[in-house]
Amino acid sequence: MKSITKQKPFEEIKQKLHGLNRVYILGCGTCATMTRTGGIEEVKAMKERLEGLEKTVTGWTVVPTACDEMTAVAMKENERPIRNAACILVMACALGIHRVGLYTNKPVIPALDTLFIGVEEKPGYFREVCAQCGQCVLGETAGICPLTACNKGLLNGPCGGTNEGKCEVDKEKDCAWTLIYQRLKLQGRLDLMRQYHPPKNHQVALRPKTIKLG
Amino acid sequence: MESKFKQALNSGKFVVTCEIGPPKGTNIEKMLHHIDLLKYRVDALNVTDHQSSVMRFPSLGGCLAVKERGGEPILQMTCRDRNRLALQADLMFAYSRGITNVLCLTGDAVVVGDHKEAKGVFDLDSVQLLRAVRQMEAGKDLAGNKLDGAVSFCAGAVVCPEAKPLEPQLIKFEKKVEAGAEFFQTQGVYDLESFAKFMEHARQFPVKILAGIILLTSVGMAKYMNANIPGIFVPQHLIDELASAGKGRALEKGIEIAGRMIATLKKEKLCDGVHIMAIGKEEVVLDILAAAGI
Repeated sequence: MKSITKQKPFEEIKQKLHGLNRVYILGCGTCATMTRTGGIEEVKAMKERLEGLEKTVTGWTVVPTACDEMTAVAMKENERPIRNAACILVMACALGIHRVGLYTNKPVIPALDTLFIGVEEKPGYFREVCAQCGQCVLGETAGICPLTACNKGLLNGPCGGTNEGKCEVDKEKDCAWTLIYQRLKLQGRLDLMRQYHPPKNHQVALRPKTIKLG
Repeated sequence: MESKFKQALNSGKFVVTCEIGPPKGTNIEKMLHHIDLLKYRVDALNVTDHQSSVMRFPSLGGCLAVKERGGEPILQMTCRDRNRLALQADLMFAYSRGITNVLCLTGDAVVVGDHKEAKGVFDLDSVQLLRAVRQMEAGKDLAGNKLDGAVSFCAGAVVCPEAKPLEPQLIKFEKKVEAGAEFFQTQGVYDLESFAKFMEHARQFPVKILAGIILLTSVGMAKYMNANIPGIFVPQHLIDELASAGKGRALEKGIEIAGRMIATLKKEKLCDGVHIMAIGKEEVVLDILAAAGI
């Protein structure tokens, strides 16, 4: 699992830092490093750009995994430069930003937009394959999630917007239901596509989603 | 009581429906003019529901106007903009005002329209919406609660007979039939040979099929549809025919082609009727009917 992020436009970061002239930067050694949005190189580059705006970067770190509790330890170790800053600019996904917010009362400013939880299909190419809906249908859809891979999240087959296996929203994008159809056909299981799927039960995963194990 | 449209479908006659596109804005004069022009000349008028995801005057409002002016409306209802509560509410409202034909559609993706930043709803899909209609007719809402007063509709759906690949569309077609669709208005067809093949398959099911006829207005429009509209394939010989008409005469030729296709469909009893889509040129529908000999 990877949390896929993209750096916000610098203009937006600049705006969010308006009036906050002393900045501490925190990056993440896991997903954001892999997507080259919040690793050491990107954090250093951000430091330089902020200094170009006459901001003072009181310090920076790239914690191993921003979303886990060890972030508390890393922030404790960097207590002094963090204390000297007016805010923390976080170059991690929203899970990391949330975690950092638990350990400080200072404003926590996101430098990245979190796009999706995805897998790396080939180097540098990420795809969302699960929408974490709480009610998995992959057993009936040949392992391809129509809620995620179909723009409309259709459960009962393709819409009329598909053409030559592509999607109406983007001619480069595969139609999820054509893929499901092809794979089910190969498996001799097209009867699964003939089955009626009732409307999705959104109550199984009410927001905010929480769970207590055991 | 059966709707007039349903009576027409069951009468064995060659049924003709066409499409009314509501305006963007509250000036509905042109729409009312089109309704008045066509209301007694066709069996029913579909009113589109934010066609191509472009925000417009609502289908429900257009259908009410059709009804009030003595016509027979078909409420086009997409799943794009309303969740299951809103869809059910609109079905009840429509029924209470005498709108008793509904065409259940998934709806185009939001991003193909003019409100690209909007949230697409798709809480239900077209198959589920058809089943919702039938459940409400049985006096229950989608949560299983009893309705104080049920609905009753002649419910239909759409199918793409020329889609590639076709089989996934046929599977969905069958699911729509099982969900209770009584009639189908197809995506525009131009290749009558391949349409006849589709009809061989469709004839196994107890549903009425109205072939979609999209008026060709120019060579550019035909080429544009081939390149951009899924499920539409205008054959080269029709494009050549349009081109042969010469400057300023393409629309006339398009009317002739549409009329000829309708006449063939009727004469060869290929299907149960036609659904004419003269997108933006509703005033020439009568000319198409004349060209078809209807």
